[in-house]
Amino acid sequence: MSENRKALHEPLIRIVKRDGISFRKKALIRAASIVLALVADALFIYFVTGLNPLSVYAVMFNGTFSTTMRFMWAMRDLASLLLIGIALAPAFKMRFWNVGAEGQVLMGALATAAVMVYYGGKLPNWLLYAVMLIASLFAGALWGFIPAWFKAHFSTNETLFTLMMNYVAIQIVACCVNIWRGQASGLGKLNMKSKAGWFPQIGGHRFMINLIVVVVLMFAMYAYLRYSKHGYEIAVVGESENTARYAGINVGKVIVRTMIISGALCGLTGFLIVGGRDQTISTNTAGGDGFTAIIVAWLSKFNTFYMALISFLLIFLRKGAAEIASAYNLNDFASDIIAGVILFFILGSEFFINYRILRRSGTKEVR
Amino acid sequence: MDTLVAWILRAIPFGTIIMYGAMGEIITEKSGNLNLGVPGIMYLGGFAGFASAYIYENTAANPNMALCVVLALVCTFLASMAGGLIYSFLTISLRANQNVTGLALTTFGMGVANFFGVYILNGSTATQSLVYKTFQTKIPVLSRMGVIGQTVFGYGFMVYAAIALAIALHIFLNRTRTGLNLRAIGENPATADADGISVTRYKYLATCLGAGISGLGGLYYVLDYNQGIWATTGQIEALGWLAVALVIFTTWKPLGAIWGSYLFGMLYWLYQFLPTLLGVSVPGYMTDLIQMVPYVVTIIVLVVTSLRKKRENQPPASLGLAYFREER
Repeated sequence: MSENRKALHEPLIRIVKRDGISFRKKALIRAASIVLALVADALFIYFVTGLNPLSVYAVMFNGTFSTTMRFMWAMRDLASLLLIGIALAPAFKMRFWNVGAEGQVLMGALATAAVMVYYGGKLPNWLLYAVMLIASLFAGALWGFIPAWFKAHFSTNETLFTLMMNYVAIQIVACCVNIWRGQASGLGKLNMKSKAGWFPQIGGHRFMINLIVVVVLMFAMYAYLRYSKHGYEIAVVGESENTARYAGINVGKVIVRTMIISGALCGLTGFLIVGGRDQTISTNTAGGDGFTAIIVAWLSKFNTFYMALISFLLIFLRKGAAEIASAYNLNDFASDIIAGVILFFILGSEFFINYRILRRSGTKEVR
Repeated sequence: MDTLVAWILRAIPFGTIIMYGAMGEIITEKSGNLNLGVPGIMYLGGFAGFASAYIYENTAANPNMALCVVLALVCTFLASMAGGLIYSFLTISLRANQNVTGLALTTFGMGVANFFGVYILNGSTATQSLVYKTFQTKIPVLSRMGVIGQTVFGYGFMVYAAIALAIALHIFLNRTRTGLNLRAIGENPATADADGISVTRYKYLATCLGAGISGLGGLYYVLDYNQGIWATTGQIEALGWLAVALVIFTTWKPLGAIWGSYLFGMLYWLYQFLPTLLGVSVPGYMTDLIQMVPYVVTIIVLVVTSLRKKRENQPPASLGLAYFREER
């Protein structure tokens, strides 16, 4: 009887969790997924627009690499995206779904802009920068602290809480922009004449400071998560809160502390965007990067160096799509489609990294 | 009084958009899937409905408006379900992370709708489909019966369909075996599985049908609320997130979505009507802060439900987690 049941119930394929996977195999699966995604996108391009996908991809390449200036612009945008990704890494490693980066960045940017508006020209430059920095860190940290505190004390769902905080931040920014612009139709650059609070140019670019900060933080965050006691605590809380409690870790404290760090770094991003890139603020200052960075942080499994790679891929696509748009009279939204398809494929490929598929066979498990 | 009537006439159609979005998401979340792709799905649905109606109108020699409405509804439902299917395949079969997949779907749906939208716009900033007149047809005699007739019967058919759907979903979730099974999966898929319920099939169906319902919100927005005008704006995205907020606000109950969505509609239009109603003038920047109210209210509800820990108001216990049978 038992044999009978076995014959009936052995499925055609079985899925088994992998114990581990070699780096080579992992890289191969990832590469295959991107190639497949590009093929899928190529089919899409061909059937919708009738263009030769290969030449479209070639034009895409120009978006980032045709001139030095373009490359620097790509780096500038990459800096913002990557910084938010780095900021999110500790929260996600703790399995705290901080989808509120957009709002945290905006609050940081708002604090920076407020200091520029009210203290620009009244403080010596070095002090102005310092106040801008501190204000932005504080504002971002506050936006991270609020949902974290409720999560720690009442286990309030953080995904939904942080999502709502984005819109609260957007409305506050809209309100302040409305006040500051007065009768003008737009806000324009802040402190246009005095340039107070604008980052100094290094190598001809104001955003050079952003790039330097990103590189430093990339190493710092890697080390923080990997080698510090805090990083260890974050990892344990992320794996299992009960284990963490048993090990004597104060889970609530770790959650609040980590989210203050995550929020503060998002606030810092806002500071860098306003000071080094835009010199102004709008509800579009974060421009959706707060959401895109979630994908960056998750796909790279919290490794800041992979984050740099994935951010680069996404920025490359964004720039490339803009280039295609102008070259072939298409529109920018192509980049959302192409990026979406690539993300779907990469997300799907995770399955083949984490699991093995076994086909039904007479013999026992084949390795 | 006139202001109040005008306010209600604004609030109920607005509420209907997010009511569809929220009802779809309630069904999806009851199966344990937290689909953050609602804005993308509403984009897909809204665009598919608009495009099918627009193309039919402009190619058919003698367009039949009733047929056009049916065509738009069907296309919306199918396109939204396709979005839901992508999400389901990735999160259920391939066990990808739900939050990330949902966000990618939002990017994708917005991209698809706006990319093809540009072809239809053909250089102009907005195009109109005339089928909106059929969508907006009010109930004949009743809607002309004074203030009550205006505020109760003065909307297109989708407003009433939404209410009927909410009641149907309520009965489905609470009074049928299938609904009970679905809720069981959202609470604890392993137990449901042990009970012989096909977790995968339920999750797929709930997520895809939920996406279809959410997409109707996009259709209602374009072809009724926005008078059949398609334009490349980010408006649907904001509405989609508001629908996700509404799901929390209703504590995952379809009946709550009826009054919750109208309340959100009132709150959303608060900035335009409240000052007139109170006879005060409010500076422009204050309206931005008043628009924040729906989100703040949602946060308060979220906090209060987590404080009170009432069983029936909690999110489905397995919300956001992939189910892997072999991992039990």
